[in-house]
Amino acid sequence: MLEAWEFILRRPELLAEWVLAHLWIIFVAIIIAVILGIVLGVFITGKGREQIADSVLYLAEIVMTIPSLALFGLLMLLLSGVGLKAIGFLPAVIALIVYGQLPILRNTYTAIRAVDPAMVEAGRGMGMTESQILFRIELPLAVPVIMAGIRNSIVLLIGIATIAAMIGAEGLGVPIFRGLRNARMDLILIGGISVSILALLVDGLVALVERRITPKGLRVSR
Amino acid sequence: MIKLEKVTKVYADGTKAVNEMSFEVNQGELCVFLGPSGCGKTTTMKMINRLIPITSGKIYIDGVDNTRMNDSELRRNIGYAIQEIGLFTHMTVGQNIETVPVLKGWSKSRRRERAEELLELVRMKPSEFIDKYPNELSGGQRQRVGVARALGADPPILLMDEPFGAIDPINRVELQSEFLKIQQKIRKTIIFVTHDIYEAIKMGDRIALMKDGELVQYDTPANLLYRPKDAFVEGFVGADRALKGLQLLRVKEVMTATYAAVNMKDNAAVVRERMEKEGIDWMPVMDNNGRFMGGISISSLIGGRAGTVKDVLSPSEATSDVNAVLNEALSLMLSSGLKTLPIVDENNRLEGILTFDAIQEALHEAVKTGGTK
Repeated sequence: MLEAWEFILRRPELLAEWVLAHLWIIFVAIIIAVILGIVLGVFITGKGREQIADSVLYLAEIVMTIPSLALFGLLMLLLSGVGLKAIGFLPAVIALIVYGQLPILRNTYTAIRAVDPAMVEAGRGMGMTESQILFRIELPLAVPVIMAGIRNSIVLLIGIATIAAMIGAEGLGVPIFRGLRNARMDLILIGGISVSILALLVDGLVALVERRITPKGLRVSR
Repeated sequence: MIKLEKVTKVYADGTKAVNEMSFEVNQGELCVFLGPSGCGKTTTMKMINRLIPITSGKIYIDGVDNTRMNDSELRRNIGYAIQEIGLFTHMTVGQNIETVPVLKGWSKSRRRERAEELLELVRMKPSEFIDKYPNELSGGQRQRVGVARALGADPPILLMDEPFGAIDPINRVELQSEFLKIQQKIRKTIIFVTHDIYEAIKMGDRIALMKDGELVQYDTPANLLYRPKDAFVEGFVGADRALKGLQLLRVKEVMTATYAAVNMKDNAAVVRERMEKEGIDWMPVMDNNGRFMGGISISSLIGGRAGTVKDVLSPSEATSDVNAVLNEALSLMLSSGLKTLPIVDENNRLEGILTFDAIQEALHEAVKTGGTK
């Protein structure tokens, strides 16, 4: 423990580098996962797409059960197969997008399905177009649940991103695996504790954002 | 004006929901679509604003075939209120009411002004409610906002699908009466769907009674009650149609406008003597400004000490107003145990009195003449 602390004091720039690299991978992955997840989630709630929705959600859940190490391995094979860079940032980000997808996709789908049909009918009856119904009624009402999905996904990714070090990505996985190889307890501790603290901090931050963008009418109650 | 011409709806599975329905709804009239569930009333209503596509036949709105208009454009010019209300919970009361004005691109100030005006109309204080959220309102208040929202962009036509169906009977009666007052002012062409015959008789200028997708009788409430076209109508109207006829009568048509009254300051003994002599057992009491203060009954005077009427009067009597429907006034009399119901205006000035005898007479007359006054 003490050695870990001494290491941080001696090489703070190294820790900062790992943390930033870690956050950067997650940031890129989550942005893409959010866009994909919401778009896909909205798409599968469409009328007559119940079958597609079932298949998509089923598929996403199956993907979640693939161990991350296996997925990284698969991606390396796949990427090198099509002639892309098979180690480092790219496969890491792709794997994280795949994992980050499900909570966002599922929550978007559930939240939009849960919107009171009376509101949708009232909106349509008053002359809203389908896209106005989506953007003025369904999505605003779904915001809290979608945000919960995003939070879920971020915390998940912070953990999984550590393992990406195995395929040569930067981040807090680097000291952990280096420590494991060289029996350096201090490095393992630095990596592990930093990941936990990061997860808590980011989760709290997103919770704040969630509160801010939840429509006020959904917070008040009689 | 809305004109239906052989309107038919057959669903994809082959069920015929509406069959060659033809009739006209006059400008400024409130037309009730009445019938048991599954009779096609809601389907017919929703074909007017094309929430349900028509299978065959035509619907004309002010002479224009409604399939020749763009969906959204058509609906923005027809107010729409439903039983579940469907207020947008993430928007304020004001934003809810401004829904259609926003869609129509009204300016912000004009929208706000309209929202305030409409809240005023449904008797909710704009300053208090405009920024509230639906979750902060009671059921009755939500229902009012629902009506205000339907009137948002001042559409000439309103479609209302059991708009008061979701609230308790007492509040419902009150909202119905209030809405009738509003309709007196705004004179919209209204389609009002209900399965409640009492509501239909009270609200409708005309009632379209439907059964199994067919129009059975399209008539005034009085004709429906007293001149039922066939056995189905008679059965639907019920054996107690004389009682239901109470819904057709207003207090002002039945009350006695000339009555004896006493002043607060009158001498109790003198009043008692007069009541005994004239055989009256109840009299309204007024103050010097003609405001209704309460009533005195002969029993409260007997054995009473000498003094003024003020000492023996029983205040806070139940009252009603001239526009109340007769059965509401009657039930008030029964529940409050009053044999004579004072009728007052909004300033609490006495306008007349309503007695059991007068009600009985009016009912008898209605049955005899078939509801034509």
